[in-house]
Amino acid sequence: MSILKLAFASVFVCALVAAGCATVSDKTVTQQDLKTIKASFKENGQAKLDRLDQDEAQRLCSIAPSVTIAKADAARVEKMNLESIKYPADGKLMGDWQQGERIAQTGVGKQYSDNPATPSGGNCYACHQMSKAEISFGTIGPSLYNYGKLRGTSVEMQRYTYGRIYNPQAYSACSNMPRFGHNDILTEQQLKDVTALLLDPKSPVNQ
Amino acid sequence: MSISMFMSEYKCVAVAMVMVASVFDASAQSSAVDEIARYRAQLQDGNPAELWEARGEDLWKQKRGPKNVSLEGCNIGKGAGVVKGAYAQLPRYFADADRVMDLETRLVHCMVTLQGFSYADATRRVFGSGSNRSDLEALTAWITSESKGVVMNVALNHDKEKEAYNLGEKMFFFRGGPHDFACSTCHAESGKRIRLQDLPNLTEKKGAQLGYTTWPAYRVSQGELRTFQWRLNDCFRQQRFPELVFGSEISIALTTFLANNANGAAFNAPAIKR
Ligand code: HEC
Ligand code: HEC
Repeated sequence: MSILKLAFASVFVCALVAAGCATVSDKTVTQQDLKTIKASFKENGQAKLDRLDQDEAQRLCSIAPSVTIAKADAARVEKMNLESIKYPADGKLMGDWQQGERIAQTGVGKQYSDNPATPSGGNCYACHQMSKAEISFGTIGPSLYNYGKLRGTSVEMQRYTYGRIYNPQAYSACSNMPRFGHNDILTEQQLKDVTALLLDPKSPVNQ
Repeated sequence: MSISMFMSEYKCVAVAMVMVASVFDASAQSSAVDEIARYRAQLQDGNPAELWEARGEDLWKQKRGPKNVSLEGCNIGKGAGVVKGAYAQLPRYFADADRVMDLETRLVHCMVTLQGFSYADATRRVFGSGSNRSDLEALTAWITSESKGVVMNVALNHDKEKEAYNLGEKMFFFRGGPHDFACSTCHAESGKRIRLQDLPNLTEKKGAQLGYTTWPAYRVSQGELRTFQWRLNDCFRQQRFPELVFGSEISIALTTFLANNANGAAFNAPAIKR
């Protein structure tokens, strides 16, 4: 049994024993908490209750930013996520930067108020500065302005960039950036298009 | 309410919309909060929230429901019928319901127990839209306005209050859904923004005070008065979670967490926001 499973099992046992269990910290989400959480939501459209079932990365990363995740857990999260990255079968990683710009501009998708038939956006501008022209950008992520100009467009760079967008937690455990490929937010073609937006020398990102 | 009231409501919205348009034409780099502060100042004496407040006061005093009584017998924390300053101490534990309640769940409780409404009827329209007005939003607008300037003082004395706070804190950091978002993704660092919208750091005293004490608010972009239950509901929607149930344990827990973190600041709502 892995350490993680052990930890989980002990939380479960403690929850059953209820009061006075020393190993459950105040901040651990217990089985009882999970029940309370599920009972506090109702499904609406595409947003079903299974969205509250956390995967391992989500569970390990549900901590205050001031608390650093244990080194071993971070490594685990990154390994697990790295293994999930699927590169396109045709080997091409760069799509159309103009489509990429559209994808970067829109944040629609996956909310219960969104039409599931409409393709999701990446909303990159919500968190990143990307081009000079777009001054309405957020700051949760670092500036990506001149990303390709500074780093070049080598095959390794393309693979890094595609993978970084497909699953940021492969490189940075508990990243605040969504796992766009891993969680099926963007399609393979869309991932190629935003990769091109970052790397193509003609893209506004690199002007 | 009279037609003239609707007219003035409409005019306020129109004026505010023009201001919003000009805000976004102007230097978009400048902080959206500054802009909001500016048009809040411009609308100082005419926050449309007052329309909700006036209707709420009437609703509180009117005899309503199957039992035909007013809500003046309702105890929202400081004794039956006492409204002044009550909101600044909510959520809190209520022994008669044996649970922690925020203002809105407490109002529903009174509508059911005092006025005889069914729970379904009392919660039929928790968020209004256009002519489908919400009585709860109006009542909340009035009652919160009676705490304007009162220092926030949400106690964690009862075990259930402490439990609610702890659960709220856990939920704040709970990641889930297709985007891996938690409240903390957007609200746990200072000086961050989404597009041009400044994000309060709700894990810090200052941010929690700013973010909590300015709700309910009249939302210019929606032409509606929105309560804290609505704020939570809509952040969960953007978080790609399923829909938060009105008055649910998680909604009370998060409210307790944030309201307690705001202790010490003067309550300053209903406000006016983007
Ligand atoms: C919710 C906010 C958010 C959104 C939306 C977002 N990102 Fe990020 N991104 C981040 C954060 C935070 C980081 C830095 C943390 C990390 O290392 O993952 C980051 C890092 C990156 C990096 C790595 C930068 C480097 O120096 O190597 C790339 C590339 C990137 N983002 C691209 C994108 C693209 C393309 C999109 C849109 C499809 C996007 N991001 C959408 C938050 C976001
Ligand atoms: C994806 C980003 C995101 C997530 C996740 C998120 N919020 Fe927000 N939140 C926002 C934005 C953007 C605003 C400003 C909204 C506006 O002005 O329209 C906001 C506003 C707020 C405010 C009001 C602040 C003020 O000063 O008016 C509160 C309180 C709040 N959020 C709480 C929460 C809570 C609690 C959660 C978790 C359930 C949460 N948010 C999750 C983006 C987010």
